Amino acid sequence: MSDLSGGFAHAPEQAARAFRACLETLARPGQVQRLEGAAPPAPLSPAAGAVLLTLVDQAVRLHLAPSHDRPEIRDWIAFHCGAPLVAAEEADFALGSWEALQPVGRFAIGTPAYPDRAATLIVEMETLAPPNARLTGPGIARDAEARLPEIAAFADNRARFPLGFDCFFTSGDRVSGLPRSTKVEAL
Amino acid sequence: MSDQAFNFAYLDEATKRMIRRALLKGIAVPGYQVPFASREMPMPYGWGTGGVQVTAACLTPEDTLKVIDQGADDTTNAVSIRAFFARTAGVETTTRTGEASVIQTRHRIPEEPLVEGQILVYQVPIPEPLRFLEPRESETRKMHALEEYGLMHVKLYEDIARHGEISTAYAYPVRVEGRYVMDPSPIPKFDNPKLSDNPAIQLFGAGREQRIYALPPYTQVVSLDFEDHPFVASKAEHSCDLCGCGTSYLDEVITDDRGGRMFVCSDTDFCETRRAQGHRGRLAPEERT
Repeated sequence: MSDLSGGFAHAPEQAARAFRACLETLARPGQVQRLEGAAPPAPLSPAAGAVLLTLVDQAVRLHLAPSHDRPEIRDWIAFHCGAPLVAAEEADFALGSWEALQPVGRFAIGTPAYPDRAATLIVEMETLAPPNARLTGPGIARDAEARLPEIAAFADNRARFPLGFDCFFTSGDRVSGLPRSTKVEAL
Repeated sequence: MSDQAFNFAYLDEATKRMIRRALLKGIAVPGYQVPFASREMPMPYGWGTGGVQVTAACLTPEDTLKVIDQGADDTTNAVSIRAFFARTAGVETTTRTGEASVIQTRHRIPEEPLVEGQILVYQVPIPEPLRFLEPRESETRKMHALEEYGLMHVKLYEDIARHGEISTAYAYPVRVEGRYVMDPSPIPKFDNPKLSDNPAIQLFGAGREQRIYALPPYTQVVSLDFEDHPFVASKAEHSCDLCGCGTSYLDEVITDDRGGRMFVCSDTDFCETRRAQGHRGRLAPEERT
């Protein structure tokens, strides 16, 4: 029997704060926010757990990459979110390390008529520092810096705008965001 | 029924998650209208049901909420929505633009420049800028997908052919980051320049039409125009009769049945702040000593 504790103790208020952190990080690429309140089983980080509790439920389909496809994480997600687990191609949300999520070309990027029908990737990172990428685009006054797992995949993703996937990068209790609209260059 | 019968910020958590997912996709594709499953709210359509749902999905207990209706904090719509969230979310409310972290607005952008950390939530009646030119949703969706916006320029051209200038005065169409043409909601075109490069997050909610869209901070927003008929952010050629400000957006108020009228700032907080600082307009009451 795995441990199912570690959800939000006060869901409405904690989810509201967690969403504001998600909104700020996706609206201001390069900014890192604290995301607290969740205590999911390892290797799921508290920040990624909070993103799941805030955005994922029965109405969306979740893909677990091999790095996170473990019984205790499956049980925790089934109990707290109830999202059906699906293959990468069908997923609205995907969770895993960047390596485990490869190839990212499998994920939905929306259609020209409905660019919102695209996947959101929750990418677990060792660290969100030091920066290795320069970011420009909506949400950024001039330019910003961020730690990304690689550069080329996100430059390709930007080239398809308005199609493309959107990312949250999580590490410990920290989160940063990268929408498809951001132009990415190596530092 | 006691006040405790409400969930925080009225909506249930599953609904908030659905709205939050739509908001994030809206942020990721600035200016694109994301469909969402708008709920019935305890107010009629046209009173800001879209804005209220977006505000409910964004509010945290630490927020301070300001609500304006055509710039005014003291009109029925603004007072009701402020009271609604004071009761269902228990948040602080304010009329001061600078003190608010979330501002829900009907058809104005405050005069005082917004700052990072603030969220401006617009109430939107008709989110589709092409709707009056092409009534079919299936067609307007294709037009957005193909960036086929020629019809909108024809509409503005017909304004010029008929009136000698672009006569569209509110809900003036804009292009976001060179991609999507967007309806900025029925704000006066005077406010259009403030949409662009704004440090605040701007979120748009259309309840009846079930659409959400968004502008992240520092997004480039251009009002559509022609080289020989450039966009002009116009206002009444007067100064505020209460605070004397010559650069704010003005409402015209009829004062009698003999042609008497006065012009006052539409942004009541801006006007009150200026008067408190000692600024006086043409019809300002004498200072009491």
